[in-house]
Amino acid sequence: MSRFVYADNAATTKLSQTALDAMLPWLAEGYGNPSSVYRLGREARRALDQARDQVAAALGAKSEEILFTGTGTEADNWAIRSVAESKKEKGRHIISCAIEHHAVSHTLEDLAKQGFEIEYLPVDECGRVSVEALDAAIREDTILVTIMFANNEIGTIQPIAEIGALARARGVLFHTDAVQAVGHVPVDVAVMNIDLLSLSGHKFRGPKGVGALYVKKGIKLPNFLTGGGQEKGRRAGTENVAGIVGMAAALTEAVQHMDEERAKITALRDKLIQGMTAIPAVKLTGDPVNRLPGNASFVVECVEGEAMILMLDAVGIAASSGSACSSGALDPSHVLLAIGLPHEIAHGSVRLSLGEESTEDDVDYILEKFPGIIAKLRAMSPLWEAKS
Amino acid sequence: MYSEKVMDHFANPRNVGELEGANAIGEVGNPKCGDIMKIYLRIENDVIVDASFKTFGCGAAIATSSISTELVKGKTIEEALNISNSVVTDALDGLPKEKLHCSVLVEAGIRSAIADYYKRQGIDPEPIVGCGYDCDSCHGH
Repeated sequence: MSRFVYADNAATTKLSQTALDAMLPWLAEGYGNPSSVYRLGREARRALDQARDQVAAALGAKSEEILFTGTGTEADNWAIRSVAESKKEKGRHIISCAIEHHAVSHTLEDLAKQGFEIEYLPVDECGRVSVEALDAAIREDTILVTIMFANNEIGTIQPIAEIGALARARGVLFHTDAVQAVGHVPVDVAVMNIDLLSLSGHKFRGPKGVGALYVKKGIKLPNFLTGGGQEKGRRAGTENVAGIVGMAAALTEAVQHMDEERAKITALRDKLIQGMTAIPAVKLTGDPVNRLPGNASFVVECVEGEAMILMLDAVGIAASSGSACSSGALDPSHVLLAIGLPHEIAHGSVRLSLGEESTEDDVDYILEKFPGIIAKLRAMSPLWEAKS
Repeated sequence: MYSEKVMDHFANPRNVGELEGANAIGEVGNPKCGDIMKIYLRIENDVIVDASFKTFGCGAAIATSSISTELVKGKTIEEALNISNSVVTDALDGLPKEKLHCSVLVEAGIRSAIADYYKRQGIDPEPIVGCGYDCDSCHGH
């Protein structure tokens, strides 16, 4: 294949060279168990401690507030299930929103079966939660607000600082799934009044299989995995030293270069959005302003999403879709339905997500190939025939 | 996930577009479900002499439409009515489980077109074609 353009950075990112270099010693000679008292173990322990400091610094947190996990999904499960378990005597009301990632929404559905009452705030057509609606929804027995920092499909960034301030003022714990945001937009748990935050290493050019949960000091949660004393006994199991070190290195690098990368990627994204929305009956999904730097997501009328993804793949472009057919589900994505798109439009979704390695050439190549793909699929679509 | 045959029929679909002189047109599916198939046939002396399609849908929906236009060409009406969804699936070297409904839909599309052929002549199609050619095969909603 002559040309390859990776435009699916919201799914996963390429490991950065810095992260890889940081990891390699811990996959080779630095194989000690961090719990061992001899030198090899102490070195691994020091690497973990340093990684914890780095992750904390990137979030405006204290080192002891960072707990390492296997994935972002695990961090979400830990946060939500633990708060529910520890606060159930106080109340059983949990507030979330309609466009959460399944790591949160399926966890909440599970809690609903156990007798918790889950209230999903609606979002507007841009995918934003209303802070006023949240204010009205909080009750005496509300034990948790869990609202994502930024949406994985449409890129909308929520008013997290306002939500945090409100939850803090009303005395309710606030968790945010920040998997799509960390490393890409400024996140400060202290300034934003965040009590619990989930992140995932591979979304900011760290390795897969490692994440973290931030838990504000003073919040007592039950231990998630029992066993040895790792993570102060809260999440037992020998630590993924290389993964944790790689994640920390990638995050430090991402935060250091955030301003310049954000400006560069946002400019590329906006060029892509401009080019795509110039095609008839192609619309941007998500908030045009409050959106992740790399996310360019659209609905293309009269064309089905998976068909577009396959044709893009055939010309070397990796992208994704929230259409039912691309996920094996019957309905298109709950996010697209929640922002008010009818089923038939939501089936034509496509997400192009750019990253640090994206270039203007990549964007030009996408804009060169995509209109022809849409035209080809529309030429065989009876819906387009009926529309035009 | 998809066989090479599916990818070939998706990337290079056969017999796309409206068919000139079509005397049998069937449409099945529902935009809400994410797939609509329109099958065009030209039938002479009970033989399908030409066929084409237009489809809104995923890769499997387009591939099953494409191959079924090839399968019906030159067949008598009776033979075409015997093209079941498994014949379509086999001709494509299989389909992923979650895409099998596309082959069911295209079978319905052929029946729908043949039903249209009889209706145009004032003949009740139901005793010949059966009634499984409408949106019943749609997978939801």
